[in-house]
Amino acid sequence: MERTTIDLWVGFFVALGVAAILGLALKVGNLTSSNIGETYTVTAGFENIGGLKPRAPVKSAGVVIGRVDGIRFDAKTYEAQVTLKLDKRYAFPKDTFANIYTAGLLGEQYVGLEAGGDEVNLQEGDKITHTQDAVVLEKMISQFLYNKASENKSDNKAAE
Amino acid sequence: MFSSLKSTIAKIGHNFIEGIWHLGAGGRLFFYILVYLGDSVRRPSLIVREIYATGVLSLLIILVSAFFVGMVLGLQGYNTLQKYGSSEAIGVLVALSLVRELGPVVTALLFAGRAGTAITAEIGLMRATEQLSAMEMMAVSPVGRVLAPRFLAGVISMPILAALFSMIGVLGGYFVAVPLIGVDSGAFWSQMQASVDFREDIVNGVIKSVVFGIVCTMIALFEGYDAPPTAEGVSRATTRTVVYSSLAVLGLDFILTAFMIKV
Repeated sequence: MERTTIDLWVGFFVALGVAAILGLALKVGNLTSSNIGETYTVTAGFENIGGLKPRAPVKSAGVVIGRVDGIRFDAKTYEAQVTLKLDKRYAFPKDTFANIYTAGLLGEQYVGLEAGGDEVNLQEGDKITHTQDAVVLEKMISQFLYNKASENKSDNKAAE
Repeated sequence: MFSSLKSTIAKIGHNFIEGIWHLGAGGRLFFYILVYLGDSVRRPSLIVREIYATGVLSLLIILVSAFFVGMVLGLQGYNTLQKYGSSEAIGVLVALSLVRELGPVVTALLFAGRAGTAITAEIGLMRATEQLSAMEMMAVSPVGRVLAPRFLAGVISMPILAALFSMIGVLGGYFVAVPLIGVDSGAFWSQMQASVDFREDIVNGVIKSVVFGIVCTMIALFEGYDAPPTAEGVSRATTRTVVYSSLAVLGLDFILTAFMIKV
């Protein structure tokens, strides 16, 4: 008689544990959202990827359509080669534009795809040629300061 | 003066050799338990009873502390994050710190205190009252009948408890962040889901808790089995269980984390 109550408790305990792991996977983790299904792989070369990391989302019009699979340095072109895994359901034209954006001011970086007008679509293993690098804050600030300085110079000249 | 120095050095050497001896004996016991594991699997009622003793009876302390740990994480995290205007990231902070570190580690520490000490005291007393010798006399292996089921039960209970700890902790963080402080509920969950990875974070946490389960249960079993058959011996063995388990868990946690995090 006592054994059955213990069995009941242990069954309850194990069920609770399974529920906790399921809850972690579905509610806390990204098991549902990372489930993209069948994918195809394209590459894109960037001169500067900023803080892009593997597994970062690939978005088009703000919707996640893939993930960054890998990043490596190409010693021939001195570019970063980023491999993107895209959902098979979405086909993109060959002249699609790939940008590296930042979510929010300090958020994580992601790859944004903007469809072009070509009639031929990207295939497995193709390379996206139109790319735009990540915005590097230091570069922007130095450019801004440089422009300001040259503006001042021309103002001074005009005053003279 | 010279003789006291000599005796000090001798003591250090003795303690060192004693430590190595314990390690070897523990390893041998671990091997025996693995050998007898098959036998105990064939008697599930024994394992079920031990899971009740180690797992179910630890539920209360694990769940209550998990809820409070989650709430404290929520409060502390909010306090710092709102300075940077990103209080929505509180879900990420609570979930990642629980799933990766606090879940497995704090559960293992509580487990060593709640279940490990019980195992050590029980087996130590069994030895002191010569129940283990009686079993051997009847050609029943105490390792197969007493130790192996407890080992298996500990290894099964630990990941379940750790997963529960993480889940309840996240709920505790949610309780503080959303109803009490007023962080947006959608942002809390969606940011969490965006940065907690199933393979990298949750599965690694479960792996950690399995390792901690093996280590904590093994230390508790060995200390009980090895305890001198006196009241003082059993009490000292119980203390050693908590101390060694805690040290082993914290040290191993660093090593496991170093393996898991790719820099």
